[in-house]
Amino acid sequence: MNQKLVAVVDYGMGNLRSVSKAAEHMADAQTRIIVTSHPGEIEDADAIIFPGQGAAKACMKALMDTGMIHPIQKAAKEKPFFGICMGLQVLMSHSDENNGVDCLDVIKGQVVHFDETAHPELKIPHMGWNQIHQTNDHPLWHNIPQDSRFYFVHSYFVQPENKAYIAGETTHGQTFASALSHQNLFAIQAHPEKSAEHGLQLFKNFLAWNGH
Amino acid sequence: MSLAKRIIPCLDVDNGRVVKGVQFVDIRDAGDPVEIAKRYDLQGADEITFLDITATAHERDTMVHVVEEVASQVFIPLTVGGGIRCLEDIRRMLNAGADKVSINSAAIVNPGFVKEACDTFGSQCIVVAIDAKKVSRPGDADRWEIFTHGGRKETGIDAIEWAQQMEELGAGELLITSMDRDGTKSGFDLQLMHEITRRVKIPVIASGGVGNLQHLVDGVKQGGAEAVLAASIFHFGEYTVQEAKEAMQAQGIEVRL
Repeated sequence: MNQKLVAVVDYGMGNLRSVSKAAEHMADAQTRIIVTSHPGEIEDADAIIFPGQGAAKACMKALMDTGMIHPIQKAAKEKPFFGICMGLQVLMSHSDENNGVDCLDVIKGQVVHFDETAHPELKIPHMGWNQIHQTNDHPLWHNIPQDSRFYFVHSYFVQPENKAYIAGETTHGQTFASALSHQNLFAIQAHPEKSAEHGLQLFKNFLAWNGH
Repeated sequence: MSLAKRIIPCLDVDNGRVVKGVQFVDIRDAGDPVEIAKRYDLQGADEITFLDITATAHERDTMVHVVEEVASQVFIPLTVGGGIRCLEDIRRMLNAGADKVSINSAAIVNPGFVKEACDTFGSQCIVVAIDAKKVSRPGDADRWEIFTHGGRKETGIDAIEWAQQMEELGAGELLITSMDRDGTKSGFDLQLMHEITRRVKIPVIASGGVGNLQHLVDGVKQGGAEAVLAASIFHFGEYTVQEAKEAMQAQGIEVRL
């Protein structure tokens, strides 16, 4: 029987344990989850989970130091690819964080901070359980009810140039893109590994997805 | 649609075992942190907080394993407090699968530790716990001070000024416990909560004194808390987290149901 190899990318940013454990929790007997910082294993994997934590600049530096930039850019165009939190943000062209950082440019667009002047009453970071309004019927939304709540922790959000990439939206003072999808790629601002049953369902859907 | 107010059950852990008697009728091992955390997850808890009350550093290693075990089976945010004194303590807990740590007495010994922790790991994973007691006499202007050692030792630090200082140093959240109310089941010190929540931008978790579901509602509506933490009302099966959320929703509070 064919085994499916799913690589959780480890580039030294934050704790990947929760992500790999959630994926393992939902994986069937034919699916093997590995945590790797080896470009060759990214190349060999059938699907990629790309988490991230911390600041954009440190993330980009860690990707560069581990030789991960090109393998990630390539994988994001070729095979089922699941970006999580900072793993969504660094896929964009540029982030305003840390006085401006050029990112992976897999998806054209910017990463911007919540507008605190327009919404002085809002708590930043946006932390806690908020709803995602699904704006397409992507396979990764399978069995996840419309407007389900996911756990978020972030101060910046993505603005893709092509709005057709938006797969979900969330409102925290302003409405922002909380999930993107394009071809073989799906990425989410929330933390599915901390979002109880709906988050686990998202992992299950990703592991079952062929990227189309 | 907006952020939901959170309900956080809190478990005291001593040398790897949950203490202070959790009494679910249908649970096999009431001391097992994994089994209890799973139960709260099923009930819809938004986060779980573990307070490590272990006395010795050696036994504290056990807490790391507890967090690892829970984090591989329960997929909601986990906070660990108790005995967090240096960056290495934080790193170990985060690597074990905790999402946040709460810092209490180490912040009082050295407030710079809070800044260092936030700069190293990010504000989102640093909670500062503040144990406050009212020290003003009736008729005088209200004043609360920080107490340590379970409320026995006074520090002379003004609790409200301290809360603001912790925000400035980068804390991502504040866990405010009224030592006057803790264990009394008479409700949060709403005045204290309100005085702090109206002065800080970061989320405040109200703690200490919950005896019924209306207390949780009051903590959010009158106290201005983003989250409410309780132990005994959930542990003894008086109420489920689900019932608490339904009560909050019935009074117009947004919750995750």
